[in-house]
Amino acid sequence: MTSLPPLVRVRHLGVVFPTEDGLGLEAIRDLSFEIHPQEFLAVVGPSGCGKSTLLRVLAGLLEATRGEVAFPAHPQGKPQVGLVFQKANLMPWRSVLRNITLPLELQGVPRAEADSRGRAMIALMGLKGFANALPRDLSGGMAQRVALARALIHRPDLLLLDEPFTALDALTRERLWEELLHIWQHERTTVVMVTHSVTEALLLADRVLVLTQRPAHLQMALPVDLPRPRTADLRYTPHFGRLARRLREALGGHTPRP
Amino acid sequence: MNLAQTRRTVFHTARRSRHRLRHAFLSAAVALALWWGLVRLFHLPEFLLPTPEEVALRGWQAIQDGTLLHHTWITLQEVLSGLALGAGSATVVGYVLAKSRPLERLLAPYLVASQSVPVVAIAPLLIIWFGTGLLAKTLICALIVFFPVLVNTVVGIRSVPEALRDLLRALDATPWQVIRYLEIPAALPVFLGGLRIGATLSVIGAVVGEFVATDSGLGFLINLARGRYDTPLVFVAVFTLIALALALYGSVLALEHHFLAWQTPSGKPHR
Repeated sequence: MTSLPPLVRVRHLGVVFPTEDGLGLEAIRDLSFEIHPQEFLAVVGPSGCGKSTLLRVLAGLLEATRGEVAFPAHPQGKPQVGLVFQKANLMPWRSVLRNITLPLELQGVPRAEADSRGRAMIALMGLKGFANALPRDLSGGMAQRVALARALIHRPDLLLLDEPFTALDALTRERLWEELLHIWQHERTTVVMVTHSVTEALLLADRVLVLTQRPAHLQMALPVDLPRPRTADLRYTPHFGRLARRLREALGGHTPRP
Repeated sequence: MNLAQTRRTVFHTARRSRHRLRHAFLSAAVALALWWGLVRLFHLPEFLLPTPEEVALRGWQAIQDGTLLHHTWITLQEVLSGLALGAGSATVVGYVLAKSRPLERLLAPYLVASQSVPVVAIAPLLIIWFGTGLLAKTLICALIVFFPVLVNTVVGIRSVPEALRDLLRALDATPWQVIRYLEIPAALPVFLGGLRIGATLSVIGAVVGEFVATDSGLGFLINLARGRYDTPLVFVAVFTLIALALALYGSVLALEHHFLAWQTPSGKPHR
């Protein structure tokens, strides 16, 4: 794994949003890190620190003001990305199946092939029987599964998750954690997940980047040496507690007792 | 949807529309009775207010001698071509305005100002410039249809969720794909609302044009009948116009039913 070139190389990244007073709002300052192929990377930081901005840059939705974002594994251009937001953001006029196959339709994949891949994804995501349902008939957890399926259907090189489980209730969130792990083990896509949950970051990721307050730069990179496959129960082990404590300290939200 | 659900939906829909039909018949019967009573009670002469049966009789005559069909067909042509031209150009202009804030700021004052001029006032000018034929009438209808469709197109395109735009951009969608897969379906509900208003306004435009100068059409027929004190024929023409407007309105509603079935839980769009 170490012999492969990194999938993404971020060097001295800076993002400044133009403001009316001309000073500009600095969201990210001098941020450097690499993402390795098949890695599950979590990004945590105080709210409003620029985590989502980082994700938008990686998705190619936002230009870097300074520095560069390179994709050494893709010499000509950017890798294919899959995107999941906090809200499902499905197209209300499309059925579950048609929402999931949208990326394939955009790529010009023939309808028959798109349908069979879509149905396979529906089975994988536990959405059987909902292929022809409309988004308005889905619960929040169901809708987010569809969003995840849509993000994975075209086998993206890079899956970008922007607090995908924040809007869900605790039980649904835990079930989706395990399902995401299952799918990630199955597909081996590279994942970058922005979250503000320390537990979520540790349970899912190989490595956690901690960002500082705005303008965001790297506070700490913590390798998560928990065994895989992981389950939600892992969070009650002493080692998990130690890692969580280190993350919380780095985040500054929790001062260690004397 | 399984067969049982389908049958249930069909059943409900049928029962509801039967219900609605009964209400419509009931209110029409009451209106006719009131009308008939009014004429009888005050002994109104035919040229002031004819009875329902006199109007029906005159209508039957006008159908038989072909005048009604002839004038209706002329008006329908004006209405439809005006609607197509007005809605078509409004959609294109509206899309461009929705996409460009500077252009909107530049053109919006003129567009709003143009709305303060009643079409009735411009109609004579259009007749002078383009003659008394179909072209002038089409333009009058198009003018009156243009604005509501334009506004709804702008609102519809602007209401497309930003997150879905991001999604399509991240998936490297082409501009044409963004229009086809996102903007058209997302803007359609608001757009069709504008088209529904435009369709009925187009009928008004045609009558305005025919009032100003022409030798055919339902507006002309009203003028002609009035001059001859043939009040029953005036009523016949007015009722035909109402039927025409309702038919157009209903056609757009049918489009909404077809394309916007996803909008409401019962599978039918809002009214």
